[in-house]
Amino acid sequence: MSTTANAEPQKRARPGLRLPLAVVSWLQAAPLAVILGVFLVIPLLLIVVVSFWDYDFAMMYPGFYTFNYAETFGSWVTWKTYLNTLKYAAIVWALTLVIGFWVAYFLAFHIRSAAMQTVMFLICTVPFLTSNIIRMISWIPVLGRNGIVNSALVSMGIVREPVEWLLYSDFAVILAMVHLYTLFMVTPIFNSLIRIDRALIEAARDAGASSTQILTNVIIPLAKPGMAIGTIFVVTLVMADFITVLVMSGGQSASVALMMRNQMSLLQYPGAAANAVVLLIVVLMMVAGILRIVDIRKEL
Amino acid sequence: MTDATKKTKGGLTRRKLLKTTAAATGAAIGSGVITGFPTIWAQNPITLRQFGTGVSNINAVAQKCKEDLGITLEMTAMDSDAAAQRAATQPNSYDIADIEYWILKKIWATGVIQPMDVSKLTYYDDIVPLFKTGKLTPDSEIAQGTAPHTVGFVNAPGDKTFADAPTGYMTMVPTIYNADTLGIRPDLVGREINSWADILDPAFKGKTSILNIPSIGIMDAAMIMEADGQIKYGDKGNMTKEEIDKTIEFLMKTKKDGQFRAFWKTFDESVNLMSSGEVVIQSMWSPAVAAVRAKGIPCKYQPLKEGYRAWGGGLGLASHLEGAQLDAAYEYINWYLSGWVGAYLNRQGYYSACMDTAKKFMSDNEWGYWIEGKPATEDILSPEGQVMEKTGAVRDGGSFEERMGHVACWNSVMDEDRYMVRRWNEFIAS
Repeated sequence: MSTTANAEPQKRARPGLRLPLAVVSWLQAAPLAVILGVFLVIPLLLIVVVSFWDYDFAMMYPGFYTFNYAETFGSWVTWKTYLNTLKYAAIVWALTLVIGFWVAYFLAFHIRSAAMQTVMFLICTVPFLTSNIIRMISWIPVLGRNGIVNSALVSMGIVREPVEWLLYSDFAVILAMVHLYTLFMVTPIFNSLIRIDRALIEAARDAGASSTQILTNVIIPLAKPGMAIGTIFVVTLVMADFITVLVMSGGQSASVALMMRNQMSLLQYPGAAANAVVLLIVVLMMVAGILRIVDIRKEL
Repeated sequence: MTDATKKTKGGLTRRKLLKTTAAATGAAIGSGVITGFPTIWAQNPITLRQFGTGVSNINAVAQKCKEDLGITLEMTAMDSDAAAQRAATQPNSYDIADIEYWILKKIWATGVIQPMDVSKLTYYDDIVPLFKTGKLTPDSEIAQGTAPHTVGFVNAPGDKTFADAPTGYMTMVPTIYNADTLGIRPDLVGREINSWADILDPAFKGKTSILNIPSIGIMDAAMIMEADGQIKYGDKGNMTKEEIDKTIEFLMKTKKDGQFRAFWKTFDESVNLMSSGEVVIQSMWSPAVAAVRAKGIPCKYQPLKEGYRAWGGGLGLASHLEGAQLDAAYEYINWYLSGWVGAYLNRQGYYSACMDTAKKFMSDNEWGYWIEGKPATEDILSPEGQVMEKTGAVRDGGSFEERMGHVACWNSVMDEDRYMVRRWNEFIAS
């Protein structure tokens, strides 16, 4: 304390080097603000602006037209695609949450040493050393008509003809997405679980709680922030995913992002921009909903 | 850096002009020897940035170009959608656009490509007539769609619309083209295939595929639907709204009936679908068929009675090119057409725009197999030197004239493309 007190007058003795506190905090926030402004806010604003433009196949015409939105909302494709994308999001979310929670639970409570926990966690991330697409397409020879699963089933006599719905179906899409995104659930949940005070669990046990009661009354409530963060990751990833849907459904299913990609492929940027704005609003509303249920900041 | 380069440009142009003229004369005499080109670029390094689709943006071309001309080519290969976007939206990021003619139709009006002076093109007279009049032989029919000759010329620099007949200004120099058709697995289809409509055979239910690139996929669908006798298009490459509606409804119904296994978007996907046996008949590109065969799996590039769906690409000059860079670009283009690249493209199964010059760089066996449709007298090697076909093999679809003479339509962009994409999205969502 006394050192600080001594230091203060010394600093005052050198005016010009000391900036007002407000300026200091502005300066500290500036780099992030600049990065976010240039790479996030300005592009987003441009997308919003472009979504009101007119276009033909060669050019975009600045102006203020609402027909891009009218076309987006007025078409049953939009509704059907959103419904389909939301269906993927809901199923993938539920599966990754259940799987992710148990993986995290195992890592946090059943692995005793911290070193082992780190090792196991690193093992979980090993698949991420390869690209998303490689991990996805490696499912194709597994699920295909003459793939590993089908040849096993046929040779074991379980089915007579190869099962067709394994590949190029919603099943394949969801399987690949769960495979790709579960880790995004494991990490934040593990992070929450690892910080639960073990004394709480002991106290619950001393008070006569069963294992199930401890799980439902102590662990799961305390893991909620992690689940919420994981949910945000998974839901936003699934909503924006087009490549998994494209590859695993064999182009038979649509997603919102895939629709945009088709538009962009013929330079229909304003139409795609309108779609993007709608998607952004939908996703932001979903995130806001999650944040209303769980106060992440309180828990962090 | 830029300043220094610019300073040398003034003096260079005059000297270079003389050299080019000399080289052109030399080549015109018929020597065909590339060493006649000036090597001045070696002392004053010029770099040309080229982008385009993977089919023709090959490192071997850049290497050979460096050896012969001293010009450094920076190649960027991308898919055709990305190429269209780059051409239209980032005109300063390239010097040479290696794009397809239907993309050119879209982007020409944006003014990012400058027309080429025909008098500076040494091999203009050697370019196959398909790109000038739309006819391979005087009596062949002009195909539907964005036929290259319809977007190949303008009346004067600065024109936004295309000329009806050849003029002194070319929009792009044609380089590469081919005719696409259905690929089949002869071991799995179990019957003769001779029409686009055969893809609708219930026997192939759940074992067929078409492209999921809207502007090309709709053409394949049109070929199928017309072959099946369900509709007669005015122009498959430029459908009316009613025609689009009918085609999409037809596709939706076929999809609901479970005819398709998948829709492919990339070269690799089409190869995998075919080689894994997921599909037995699908629209396919010639090199993809070769890739399946290279795995030892039988695959045929099946000629069909309705004809082929063709595509063609060319080199366009970016608007910002001028001075020495522009001269270098012309020289590069003249070199491109002088034969070595043409032979390289021919050996990949595509066609060169200047057949006569390419012939000088191919053996009689190669020329006979690839262009004349004759049985190979010895093994056919790929440009990389691997054996592609054994002695005695005959190319599917026969000779150059048989293939390119039976083009039913060219890849195109429709006036109603906006509506088309919307409906295509409905088809995929259905």
